Amino acid sequence: MEPLLQLRNITHVYPTGVIANNNVSLNIKRNTIHAIVGENGAGKTTLMKIIFGILTPQEGSIIFKGKFIKLHSPNDAINLGIGMVHQHLMLAPELTVAENIVLGVEPKKGKLFFDGDRAIKITREIAQEYGLSVPPEKKISALPMGIRQRVEILKALFRNAELLILDEPTSVLTPQETDMLFDTLHSLAKSGKTILFISHKLKEVKAIAENVTVMRDGRIIATKPAGELTENEIAYLMVGRNLNSRRIESRESIGDSLLSVRNVSYIDENGMEVLKNISFDVHGGEIVGLAGVEGNGQTELVKIITGLLTPTGGNIFVNSADVTHSSPRKRRERGIAHIPEDRMEDGVAANATLQENIIVDRYYKSGFSRFFQLLWKRITRHTNELIKSFSIRTQSPKSNISMLSGGNIQKVVVAREFSSNPDVIIAAQPTRGIDVGSAEYIHQLLIDLRDKNRAIFLVSADLDEILKLSSRILVIYNGEIVALFPDPSRITGKQLGPYMLGLKKQESLYQESLNGKAHS
Amino acid sequence: MEKLILRYFNLLRTAIAITIGVILSIIIIYIVSREPTFSLKAFLLGPFQNTTTIGNIIETASPIIFCGIAIAMSFQAMQFNIGAEGAFFISAAVGTAFAVSTQMPSFLHIVTILLISAITGALWGYIPGFLKAKFMASEIVSTLMLNYVAYYSGLYLINYHFRDKKAGFMVSHRLAESAWLRQFIAGTRIHWGIILALAFALITYYLLYHTTLGYEIRTTGSNQNFARFGGINVFKVIIISQMLTGLIAGFGGMTEVMGIHRRFTWQLSPGYGWDGVIVALIGKNHPIYIVFASLFLSYLRVGGQQLKLLSDVPPELVLVIQAIIILLITAEAFLRNVKNRIAIRKAGYSKEAGIEHDS
Amino acid sequence: MSTILESIFSPDFGFVILRVTTPLLFASLGVAVSALSGTINIGLEGIMLVSAFTGVMVSAFTRSLLLALIAGVAAGVLLGMILAYFHLYLKTDVIIGAIALNFFASGITIFLLFLFTGDKGTSSSLRSLVFPEISIPILNKIPILGRIASGHNVLTYFALLSVLIYFILIYKTPLGLRIRAVGQNPEAAESVGINVNHIKIYALLLSGFFGAFGGLYLAMGYVSWFSRDMTAGRGFIAIAASTLGSHMPLRTLLGSLLFGSVSAFSIYISSLEVPSDLIQLIPYAVTVIVLTIYSGRVFSGKIKKPKELI
Repeated sequence: MEPLLQLRNITHVYPTGVIANNNVSLNIKRNTIHAIVGENGAGKTTLMKIIFGILTPQEGSIIFKGKFIKLHSPNDAINLGIGMVHQHLMLAPELTVAENIVLGVEPKKGKLFFDGDRAIKITREIAQEYGLSVPPEKKISALPMGIRQRVEILKALFRNAELLILDEPTSVLTPQETDMLFDTLHSLAKSGKTILFISHKLKEVKAIAENVTVMRDGRIIATKPAGELTENEIAYLMVGRNLNSRRIESRESIGDSLLSVRNVSYIDENGMEVLKNISFDVHGGEIVGLAGVEGNGQTELVKIITGLLTPTGGNIFVNSADVTHSSPRKRRERGIAHIPEDRMEDGVAANATLQENIIVDRYYKSGFSRFFQLLWKRITRHTNELIKSFSIRTQSPKSNISMLSGGNIQKVVVAREFSSNPDVIIAAQPTRGIDVGSAEYIHQLLIDLRDKNRAIFLVSADLDEILKLSSRILVIYNGEIVALFPDPSRITGKQLGPYMLGLKKQESLYQESLNGKAHS
Repeated sequence: MEKLILRYFNLLRTAIAITIGVILSIIIIYIVSREPTFSLKAFLLGPFQNTTTIGNIIETASPIIFCGIAIAMSFQAMQFNIGAEGAFFISAAVGTAFAVSTQMPSFLHIVTILLISAITGALWGYIPGFLKAKFMASEIVSTLMLNYVAYYSGLYLINYHFRDKKAGFMVSHRLAESAWLRQFIAGTRIHWGIILALAFALITYYLLYHTTLGYEIRTTGSNQNFARFGGINVFKVIIISQMLTGLIAGFGGMTEVMGIHRRFTWQLSPGYGWDGVIVALIGKNHPIYIVFASLFLSYLRVGGQQLKLLSDVPPELVLVIQAIIILLITAEAFLRNVKNRIAIRKAGYSKEAGIEHDS
Repeated sequence: MSTILESIFSPDFGFVILRVTTPLLFASLGVAVSALSGTINIGLEGIMLVSAFTGVMVSAFTRSLLLALIAGVAAGVLLGMILAYFHLYLKTDVIIGAIALNFFASGITIFLLFLFTGDKGTSSSLRSLVFPEISIPILNKIPILGRIASGHNVLTYFALLSVLIYFILIYKTPLGLRIRAVGQNPEAAESVGINVNHIKIYALLLSGFFGAFGGLYLAMGYVSWFSRDMTAGRGFIAIAASTLGSHMPLRTLLGSLLFGSVSAFSIYISSLEVPSDLIQLIPYAVTVIVLTIYSGRVFSGKIKKPKELI
């Protein structure tokens, strides 16, 4: 049977010169669930935006239902029967479910007026047809995530989508909601829809997809039936290196606790309990890895430790001093360094120069300023030293950060954070979206710091990274520490999985075991 | 060449925008004037015809420089404070009130008056700054409103308490000579205010680019999350930047009273705060560029006055032209296609150099 | 003092309030509709000026009220269009764009006024038309209410009607639904094929539409001539009134009435040695306080901030 969608030689270059899709060709068969996997930055989202008409590729063609098509806007895609469920749900919060579902194709009373009653009726009907129940008259802001996503799917189905694109749909869902979603997707595929599913979670891909396409660096690496690939093989294709990479041995002796987190809880502004009574220690000379599916409270935990967010309960100690209510600067002065998970959001000022980015935590210190005056010559010299010792590729210390590649930007962040002579390093997704060479280099730097008896708290969505570097592994799920593995050399990613997905929980997580001392 | 275009793209766009503005004004003059050549000459060359007109350019530039720099202090921190107008007005009123009710030796008098005005302005700027930092209240709306509060408060102060009932107009008492800023070039009204304005330009340039506070302001402006992440007290910066806006505008307001009018004469808000927004935008929030932008704007204004005196073309042409120039300078997409084409072509040459990801 | 009190409690005072509120109300609706779409228009000052000027000129030269109306509205809508074009296609910041527009309007009206009349202050040398005042049957027979509510300029009634139009527009039409959706989450609107730019353009055009009536009323009802900068800050007051009313129809009306009342009050007491300036600043100060309370509640999570919901 002819594929529903064919992509031929798609190339897309962003105005910044970034080649996000490089000669991509792909066939999507009818009535199948097709997964596209790849690391962050592999070009998946760009490709989806092209299929949905948000971006127009510079080269290549799209064939849908046997016809060459040109998409100028999402409208074109929708009219052809392509629907998309975005990662960040696309709903107007203060409109009702029914209003959101009919938005853009509103039923009318007369020629001019919006028919609210019919909108509600339509919503009821379509919800029933696909067995996805939603409350038509409730405002979106009053609904939980799972229901909101259902509204999104219904929105696409209401527009007669034959091809349904889901961009990382499970990242905002609880496990139960994920299961329900997968049931829904299966029944949709049976009823004649075709589903294109983007993910970087291999388990999900194996669980749901018939075909898998792996992307890396803007290119398609392979497309195969899911049954023919093991998770390891997919992972290998995704990252282009062997998953069972050499584990770094832990050190025998560890020092005192340099970072202590005690009973930290956090309730966000929507009243969601994001963190529940979290306690653990990180000692000098060890790397404690925090594994978990993204969105289970890691972001908030890191922000609480580094002072960017105030916890609703609990305490943070650095070098035995209570810093719970200290400013980020006070904490840095106490010895905390922080590699943020989103470097462009928190880690750098893109339009500032490299040297201005380097001095953000030290500009006021002697050596960089005298009284109020910045000593630019010394700052430039210092920056040059860091450029050299961290081999950052840049034209000059006065180049704008935005001119650097992702890997080099991350090196700037790392250079700043590691050169502050910290005792405690909070490394969140330290190698996300950067090239393998830079990633290896950053790993080595983390190991070196560990060997200098620094305490490192590593938060990563990349299990491989966690397993490779950690001396101990904590698993977080739904804001709770659900497991502790004191000796990672004896475990595999497979064993962590059920904990990360909330299927298992260690019953006896005593304070002692969290402290780690009991095991050494 | 292409590299040069990319590097100086913003400057180039400014130059093109100004050129288009000037060309447009030439066209308009040719359309409406019965003696276009003469009118055009009056408009473009009139401002340079004698000491008085050149003096006019400089006098007019002085309050605009103050307000432009003032606005830039907030804009650099990405605080959209458009309250220079209000700070200028209320500080001048308070300063005048202080000046006419005290007697001191000249130097001391001048210094204390200016100090009082600057402090008034800074306190005035504290309000939107604090409301933004503490409650996230939009400084655009709050400063817009506070401009009116300042206006009416200033009027109240002058009209009900310090009004010179003997004067034919609604004006304050005249300042004692000890409070005057001297006019030092014969045939003009150029006074010490302009020197102070230039001094402020230099000081704020130094402040922004060579001090820790300036670094904090600029970093907060370019990425507030990053600033907070790096340990900068963003709360403080948001307030201080807006206090500086008030301080500088307030100081400028009083120099205008002390140097030109020698009494409080405004019954309508004089509009320098809005001019400040314009020159801050044209000058890309850089104090030195702002001086040139202010001189340019006041050159246009004096050109407008020349039109009024000498020709049949209404001087309000200048308002139209300056609006067009602002629109073009601030239009991010204006000429961007050209820039993108160059950037993509450059990227094409170095395709193999390295692939970045940002999808 | 007692005479003042008497006149304030007289029906005439209510009449004056409605009269003073009319231009404000139009402008406030203009601000509200733009704010609802997510791009607050602070250029109502300019829009009103241009419409006022156009209406006066067209009525003076064509002697046709209808043509004046059409031209005035078209001028306001055109200015909305220009702002939309610069903001949405040339990516000028909408605040800056509107500031420039205000300068432009102030300049171009005086410029053209001079070219047409030789006068730079007012158009009083021209014999321009005004919109009629209408006495409403039955209503005008009711004792107090009649004196307050009857006999106004036709545009005053249209202003009140506009509140209803605005209500129907945003709650009962597809366009209104889309305007709200675009304001709450533009990406969501875009994802269902709504052209966000088009919706924002419509909102700015509507903003120009409402603002135009405000200008027309000022020069062809409130007074019977155009004078330079005659809007006197009403476009900015409208921002306050609309903000006070959270850009919702009825509350925006109340916000406008508050400012209208204060202005009317200050007109009444201006004859006295009472500091009207201090009274005039009250609504602005109140707006700052309301803005702060509202933002503070959003900030502390008591009200949900739309952006962070998704």
